Amino acid sequence: MFAHDFVRNAYLAGTFVALACGTAGWLVVLRAQVFAGDALSHVAFVGAIAAALIGVAEPLGLLVATLVVAAGMAGLGQRGAADDTSIGITFAWILGIGILLITLLARSTAGGSGIAATNALFGSIYSLGAQDTILAVVACGVVAVLVLVSFRPLLLASLDSQMALARGVRVRLLGVGFLLALGVITAESTQAVGALLLLGLLAAPAGAAHQLTARPYVGLALSAGLAVGAMWAGLALSYQIPSLPPSSAIIGLAAAAYGLAALARRFRWRAAPRSG
Amino acid sequence: MINPSFSPDLLYDLRQLFSFPFMVNALEAGTIVAVLAAVVGWYMVLRRQAFAGHTLAVMSFPGATGAALAGLPGVLGYYLACVGAALAMRGSRRGTGSRVTETATIGTVQAVGLAAGFLFLSLNQNVLGGPETLLFGTFLGVTQGQVLSLLGVALAAVIGLAVASRPLLLASVDPELAEARGVAVSWLDLGFLLLLGLAVAATSQITGALLVFALLVAPPATAQLITLRPWLGMALSVVFGLVIVWLGLAAAYFSPYPVGFFITTFAFALYVLVAVWRWVRS
Repeated sequence: MFAHDFVRNAYLAGTFVALACGTAGWLVVLRAQVFAGDALSHVAFVGAIAAALIGVAEPLGLLVATLVVAAGMAGLGQRGAADDTSIGITFAWILGIGILLITLLARSTAGGSGIAATNALFGSIYSLGAQDTILAVVACGVVAVLVLVSFRPLLLASLDSQMALARGVRVRLLGVGFLLALGVITAESTQAVGALLLLGLLAAPAGAAHQLTARPYVGLALSAGLAVGAMWAGLALSYQIPSLPPSSAIIGLAAAAYGLAALARRFRWRAAPRSG
Repeated sequence: MINPSFSPDLLYDLRQLFSFPFMVNALEAGTIVAVLAAVVGWYMVLRRQAFAGHTLAVMSFPGATGAALAGLPGVLGYYLACVGAALAMRGSRRGTGSRVTETATIGTVQAVGLAAGFLFLSLNQNVLGGPETLLFGTFLGVTQGQVLSLLGVALAAVIGLAVASRPLLLASVDPELAEARGVAVSWLDLGFLLLLGLAVAATSQITGALLVFALLVAPPATAQLITLRPWLGMALSVVFGLVIVWLGLAAAYFSPYPVGFFITTFAFALYVLVAVWRWVRS
């Protein structure tokens, strides 16, 4: 199957998207910011529609939309994190704008809006071109490296912000930077797995890692490994079964890993109560 | 449909609004939805469960597509998917119970639902129009039967909340104290999630998954900016919800733009207005 260009592109881009989602996702789950990731992914969808409407390249529209909203969310709350309610209200409104844009798009390009919307929502990793692939690899690679480099201060700031402040860590700046990095990942992964399913790649492998171990570096590696594994296996699975969309296969596998990890933890917790 | 036009004569405009049966149905359904979402959402915002509420709202997508694939009535799909998601979110909280894994669980449940919905959709492409209708709803295609069943669910939900209001309030604000007083907190948690799921399933058939969330979160959050007193807050929340829905439906009627845009925009504007007013006063 690797004889095809589109498969190689999908694997290359998918690997880096999964790496970025796995590493950043571990911190997202630790900081209980999954809802912020969810909001960003919906915003990405609106950005894609807006780009289609005004005729800008889709990756640009995605990136601008997610970065603006990430900055907005960081500005709304203390510590560079907004609370659930303000996130919910804001992104409900942005989705309302999305509804308006879809209506406008449907009027301007009879029929094209359905395909554009479906692709933005659920991704089309097997239709990535060479240029999109390079962009995804570079953007996600840079974000993953940045997260790894600033992992220690981020970890401290997430676990104990007072202690981090006392040690001279710039907690607020880190929080803002982290949300912006999340925005970049969202924009890039929207092309691969789609805006709505990106959440699974952020939450499921990281959640599984958190269920299995509390040790930071082991967890981080586990999370990234599970994300990449789900991506590879999911791509292969959907290549073999044509009626199975790649996004569904990838998310299904990642969620299965999470379910197994939760079961394993519960089983272990019963067998040895003191470790729970 | 003849082209409706807005005129300075408000009475004439109102008569115009009520002149079509589909519009009357939409207004009736919108009124019930506004009240139901405002009351259930008030507890949701108080309990900081906006993420769970949004996840339940999204479940209408796999529910509708799955039911279409299996040849079941769509209504059944909505209820099954929402109740299933509520149980899945709840089930994983037992034993582990930490805040960290809780959000990961909710996120995973939502992603699985969407992935399943997308799979169902691609398995029977020709049955449904596309994902947008399911996500954004068709407010103006409501039937009389839907209005009646919505009314039934809304009454059941509001009565259920009224009966359980005291223990639920206590369990939401201070779970430890509630536990000490003998309130079955974990059962109440599950019960509330199921009720939220039922309310969302009933509403999203009409409003679409995305709009129901706006109505669940915005009016109660605005009310809680003004007062934290339960009954007054809930009443305010209902008033806000009604105003937003009525204005939204009327604006959509007199303009070529979709109702979802107007309802979410009015909801957001009201919240920002109240937030700014509070900030100026303090």
